[in-house]
Amino acid sequence: MEAFTFFLAAIISLAGACGVVFLKNPVHAALSLVATLFGVAIHFINLEAYFVAAVQVIVYAGAIVILFLFVIMLLGVDRAESIKTDPIIGQRQIAILAVGGILALGALIGVAFSGDVTGVPPENAQKSTYEGGTAINSDHVHADDDVRPDQNIKDIGRALFSTRYVFALEITALLLTIGVVGAVVLTRRPKGELDPLPDDDPPSIYRDNENSSDLESTLSGDTDALDDAKADESEKEASKETGVGGE
Amino acid sequence: MILGLSIGTEYYLALSALLFTIGAGGLLVRRNPLVMFMCIELMLNAANLAFISFGKEMGDLGGQLSVLFVLVVAAAEVVIGLAIVVAVMRRRPKASVDEVSVLRG
Repeated sequence: MEAFTFFLAAIISLAGACGVVFLKNPVHAALSLVATLFGVAIHFINLEAYFVAAVQVIVYAGAIVILFLFVIMLLGVDRAESIKTDPIIGQRQIAILAVGGILALGALIGVAFSGDVTGVPPENAQKSTYEGGTAINSDHVHADDDVRPDQNIKDIGRALFSTRYVFALEITALLLTIGVVGAVVLTRRPKGELDPLPDDDPPSIYRDNENSSDLESTLSGDTDALDDAKADESEKEASKETGVGGE
Repeated sequence: MILGLSIGTEYYLALSALLFTIGAGGLLVRRNPLVMFMCIELMLNAANLAFISFGKEMGDLGGQLSVLFVLVVAAAEVVIGLAIVVAVMRRRPKASVDEVSVLRG
């Protein structure tokens, strides 16, 4: 049963990961990221890390991916990116070679050291969280059973606020505060006018979409496209008039 | 039969390596900054999976605690990164990461 769950979740997470890399639309990529995150959460439950699985679903799928989608919608970059254009010549080939090489190296190391990956548990793993260690099976009553979900949460809380980890926890709080302040500072609109951008823009990676040219040109402040559209309309009207006149 | 197989730590580590490589390859190939961030998330998830499987193997709770810290760091990183993307995209609506390499607005 564990094997069935493992392979099912592995297929889900790998398919989602491939979707993130290969789907052209960023919204679709974000949705496949959700699939990967759920797959990894299933793996966590399979590995008896119940609390982390719940946090994975709530924080990653519930907050981070929503943040991604929010920014995608806010910026309107949900246009398809043309994957075919290669901005740096030969980079794709080198990337594929590097990925293949890393995979081959990993497989080689895995075969060479198979069954020898893990080793001896550290000393503090032998003690329970009640004794200052971080062993998973802390409750001696349940020592021979699997870890129960509520016991898992209790142990994590006890270890997180023990003297081993409490300093890291405080640093984490500081990091989150810095993140909030940084986000506010970075997205604040600057006062006054900004310098004009340089003209030598490199070619854009996005496909030109003729249908949405009006919206894009208003967004980018490019008035040429708008003028062209107006000119087209006036030409049409003129042709109508001549048509009427011809009758 | 494949369903009777006992799943050891090696399986999880292999899956974690695969996820990490896919994420790294995507980071190299894609040019949209948002998708690149998603690939970084993939790599962090692969590291999390390795942490948890090692923690299970060693009987140590430290793996799960490390995953919690990685989660917080990932959240902070996404917040700052997306703020930078918003600040850049506001001035250059069609920007790819290659254009940001000039570091001007």
